[in-house]
Amino acid sequence: MKNTRRKTLVTWALVVALVVIFALSFTLGSARSTGEEGFVGTDSSATSAIQEAHPGYRQWFTPLFEPASGEVESGLFALQAAIGGCVLGFAVGALWGRRRAERALGVQEGAADEHAGPPGPR
Amino acid sequence: MHIAEGFLPVTHCVAWYAVSAPFVIHGARRVIAESREHPESRLLLAAAGAFTFVLSSIKLPSVTGSSSHPTGTGLGAVLFGPPVMAFLSSVVLIFQALLLAHGGITTLGANVFSMGIVGPWVGYAFWVLAKRLRWNANVGVFLALAFADLSTYCVTSAQLAIAFPDPVSGLAGSLAKFLGVFALTQVPLALAEGVLGVLVFRLLRDVAHPELVKLGVLKPRANQAVA
Repeated sequence: MKNTRRKTLVTWALVVALVVIFALSFTLGSARSTGEEGFVGTDSSATSAIQEAHPGYRQWFTPLFEPASGEVESGLFALQAAIGGCVLGFAVGALWGRRRAERALGVQEGAADEHAGPPGPR
Repeated sequence: MHIAEGFLPVTHCVAWYAVSAPFVIHGARRVIAESREHPESRLLLAAAGAFTFVLSSIKLPSVTGSSSHPTGTGLGAVLFGPPVMAFLSSVVLIFQALLLAHGGITTLGANVFSMGIVGPWVGYAFWVLAKRLRWNANVGVFLALAFADLSTYCVTSAQLAIAFPDPVSGLAGSLAKFLGVFALTQVPLALAEGVLGVLVFRLLRDVAHPELVKLGVLKPRANQAVA
């Protein structure tokens, strides 16, 4: 019981840490973000840096397919995240189901009660 | 860390392809062998690949005023070892190169080298180090994910510096410039990726303990040792 509570507490602390990192990044970054569009991607800043220092360099190959607009591009990025999210959710859900089935069958004698072990090294 | 299509000289593209190809082939064979020998770990393998898929699609703001995305390769490196990630990262990078015009087919070799090879190996090294020092597994996971992420961007900076040495300050000046673009921006993202990785690892520990023990990631629980 005590372990479960500690575990929940740690989970929340980690979630808060994540939020704090991005809140700080966003506020500190906003001040430094220049140009019309804030928070330019590093990949495109690197490309501009190359073009600035080496104006003679010619991009010798262009992408075979390019999303027509920023909106289409972000949609495709969302699709990538969605595919990954579905697979991740399915995998975790299936593993959860596997544990439940095992417990119901009593494969792991006595292990069921120890489900919420301490997070420390064993 | 995506070097844009056509933004590396042809010789560099070919060289990075040549360096990365053996790792990717070995990785693909590891993925097949792993799912054949241990069918029970297929779900975890899918989870590791999906984690990279999700994380590399999300662009996040950083303290430098630019945005960048995490790599998510450290988790798979911890669970299955680094070779597997060379293959899984290639899948992600090909998807992004073809559908999103992000990265490229010509620069694929270079991008696989940073994200799929160096990142996972560095992350794995930190995981092994933490294990040797008998640190908590969560600390090991945090370090593995954070450094897999950060090292990937350091490699990209080096790759661009070699290809485009500064006309005035040379290789060193150019490396400093690209590290300024990539590595600094990546620090908060790497920390965040480490924290997120610990959250996911704690979840996997709950739902996939026997599988993680079989993979050698976790030690068996005291009451399971006899079984």
